[in-house]
Amino acid sequence: MRLHLTEEDAAFREEMREFFTTQVPQHIRDTVAARRELSKEQMVESMQVLNAAGLAVPGWPVEWGGKDWTPLQRHIWHEELQLANVPQPLAFNAGMIGPVIAAFGSQEMKERFLPKTANLDIWWSQGFSEPDAGSDLASLRCAAVRDGEEYVVNGQKTWTTLGQYGDWIFTLVRTNPEAEKKQAGISMLLIDMTDPGVTVRPIELIDGSVEVNEVFFEDVRVPAENLVGEENKGWTYAKFLLGNERVGVAPVGATKRMLAQAKEHADLDDVLVASRIAELENELMALELTALRVVAHSADGKPHPASSVLKLKGSELQQEVTELIVDLAGPMSLASGAGDGSDVPDWARVATPGYLNFRKASIYGGSNEVQRQIIAGTILGL
Amino acid sequence: MDFTLDDEQEALRDAVRGLLGKAYDSSETRREVTKQDPGFGEDTWQRLAEMGVLGLPFAESDGGMGAGPVEVSIVAEEVGRVLAPEPFIETVVLAGGIVAAAGTDEQRADVLGRVAEGSLILAAALKEIGEPVTASQSGDGWTLSGSKEPVLHGERADAFVVSAKTDAGTGLFLVEGDASGLTRTGYRTHDGGRAAHVAFDGTSATPLGDVSADQAGVLETAVASAQVAYCHEAVGAMTVALNTTVEYLKTRKQFGVPLKTFQALTFRAADMYVSMELVRSVASWATLVLTDEPTRALEAASRAKLQVSTSGRHIGQEAIQLHGGIGMTAEYSVGHYTSRLTAIDHWLGGGADHLKRLASSVGDHEVVEPLPE
Ligand SMILES: Cc1cc2nc3c(=O)[nH]c(=O)nc-3n(C[C@H](O)[C@H](O)[C@H](O)COP(=O)(O)OP(=O)(O)OC[C@H]3O[C@@H](n4cnc5c(N)ncnc54)[C@H](O)[C@@H]3O)c2cc1C
Repeated sequence: MRLHLTEEDAAFREEMREFFTTQVPQHIRDTVAARRELSKEQMVESMQVLNAAGLAVPGWPVEWGGKDWTPLQRHIWHEELQLANVPQPLAFNAGMIGPVIAAFGSQEMKERFLPKTANLDIWWSQGFSEPDAGSDLASLRCAAVRDGEEYVVNGQKTWTTLGQYGDWIFTLVRTNPEAEKKQAGISMLLIDMTDPGVTVRPIELIDGSVEVNEVFFEDVRVPAENLVGEENKGWTYAKFLLGNERVGVAPVGATKRMLAQAKEHADLDDVLVASRIAELENELMALELTALRVVAHSADGKPHPASSVLKLKGSELQQEVTELIVDLAGPMSLASGAGDGSDVPDWARVATPGYLNFRKASIYGGSNEVQRQIIAGTILGL
Repeated sequence: MDFTLDDEQEALRDAVRGLLGKAYDSSETRREVTKQDPGFGEDTWQRLAEMGVLGLPFAESDGGMGAGPVEVSIVAEEVGRVLAPEPFIETVVLAGGIVAAAGTDEQRADVLGRVAEGSLILAAALKEIGEPVTASQSGDGWTLSGSKEPVLHGERADAFVVSAKTDAGTGLFLVEGDASGLTRTGYRTHDGGRAAHVAFDGTSATPLGDVSADQAGVLETAVASAQVAYCHEAVGAMTVALNTTVEYLKTRKQFGVPLKTFQALTFRAADMYVSMELVRSVASWATLVLTDEPTRALEAASRAKLQVSTSGRHIGQEAIQLHGGIGMTAEYSVGHYTSRLTAIDHWLGGGADHLKRLASSVGDHEVVEPLPE
């Protein structure tokens, strides 16, 4: 057992810190720090800066731009990135479809998509959930019927995050409605969102933001070469993807940063406030240390079952910090719509929208109830 | 940064687990042992001595094994798993730790040598309910007056390490068990342990090291090591409380099905597991801080003790609840774990005390970085 990073890892951390705090444009990091919405251009620029330095997709196979870092180094990269207020590489690209194509796609598909995916030349959307298929994803109905060298897709996806920016969407579609097990009739299909028959309709969320969408498919003709891997094996690929997603959603560094900012606005002489912050800091540290332990034990890139702990606790703490900020803002937290002529500081204006928005964290990426199910079933054998 | 045990540490864990697992093969055996005074197994104590466990953290020149906080944590966790009532932390880590930190060369060799051999039960008398114990110099000797309580294992103790008020602040003293003017009134504690009211009335005492200076800092540091050790005892106890509960959910049937059929219960077990993972992480970290970044020892001990308080209450309470009535009985194991966790929570600073300490320093840092810069 040893507390210190090895000299090599300490130097690695320094290198990451230096890069993130000097090479990623300040206006982008300021937007993140201010908890303001990033524009599409900012997200693309940020990911391209990272990609140019080989830091956008370290989790991918080396031949497609990944790094043969140790799990600890991956963790350090992720933490330092968040601590420096650098936007995370677009999860749909870097964390979801990229690794799936790299693992299961044909050579042709890899060459066609991976470089553009790493560079955010293609913006991917995730088309999994449907109105009637949420936690029970395998009951999805959006259908793809083979017609010669094409699939004809009909149905609806929903909750498609940032679908308004999407160039392509990776979807789970039903290719065999007769399959005995519903999981066995699902395929993964890549669809160009500019294809005729694709309609994207925004959904306004409770904080007033428009970050999710409904996506409708009406007789959309998709070339068969856009099938990932084999037909009716989509569920396997989806499980692989969702496992990766769970690891990525314990945003310890970002929550630490958010709490540090909250402290700047808090009256630390107020014992109730100070003790609430101290408790949150302690729990966040416990989560970070748990992440380090989980990272050390995740064999060959497979998520450790305890990564459900990270998702569950990580989202709870993220939500608790956003809640704290609203409390610190007090009555000023009502001024979310304030513009020029208001004395309410910026941090207080964004407090409530941020709080409302982050209620999502315990719903997406496998809801926290689903994570409890995984812990009880896979880890505890219940 | 590495949380894994090396081969020697694993061997130590297996050896201690073997010894204590045999001594306390069931909750019933433990109950028998804790019913009789002194509340622990004198022969188990001797076997721990033979294994070298009682001298584990002391320097080899003091008759010890020269091991560090990691080894101590391994033993403490095993103690917690079976709720072994032997005063390993009380005598070796806490009282022994104070002697190791404050004592002269001769005191260390003499006192710690005997602790390591298993021939000296040392109790730390640190807490007062009322006025502080005061030390006064008379001629070239010192005497103590006042009383300490609760002193864990104060009735059985062969000697005491006592903190007392001096002109310089806090002084640390050694008092022999047969010193005149020493009275002890022992009693049982809810967790099967023993404690005592210990009164000093002009009782002669030997200064541990140099009492002309304030020894509060030395004491605090030694206490921090004991706090972290207790955290590991708690981790061991929580591990078993959780495992026992999970097994029960699999085997106990109601409504014709095992309890694990009910998601209302399995979700609560899942939450217990989360609490378990968090506390294990912080306790292990605190142990590493003691070794590798001792300037943060007090902070680390507080962080660990706070998490132990939170996780321990959660797991202890739920372990009973998920068992139903059987969890309430003295005959069944799980309630004893909760009782012990409650004792640890309130010993050497409770969750609220440590939270207060941490809250008073939240403004000193931007973020909490567990790894050294
Ligand atoms: C902001 C946001 C962005 C999203 N982005 C995307 C995206 O880009 N792409 C995409 O495909 N999806 C996305 N999702 C969808 C998300 O994955 C689903 O919302 C999620 O899977 C839950 O499904 P549901 O909303 O249908 O809730 P339901 O599954 O209907 O669940 C309702 C409630 O019941 C609980 N529950 C469900 N089943 C069980 C069970 N077996 N045991 C106990 N409790 C249960 C749930 O935890 C929840 O509390 C997003 C969601 C949100 C809120």
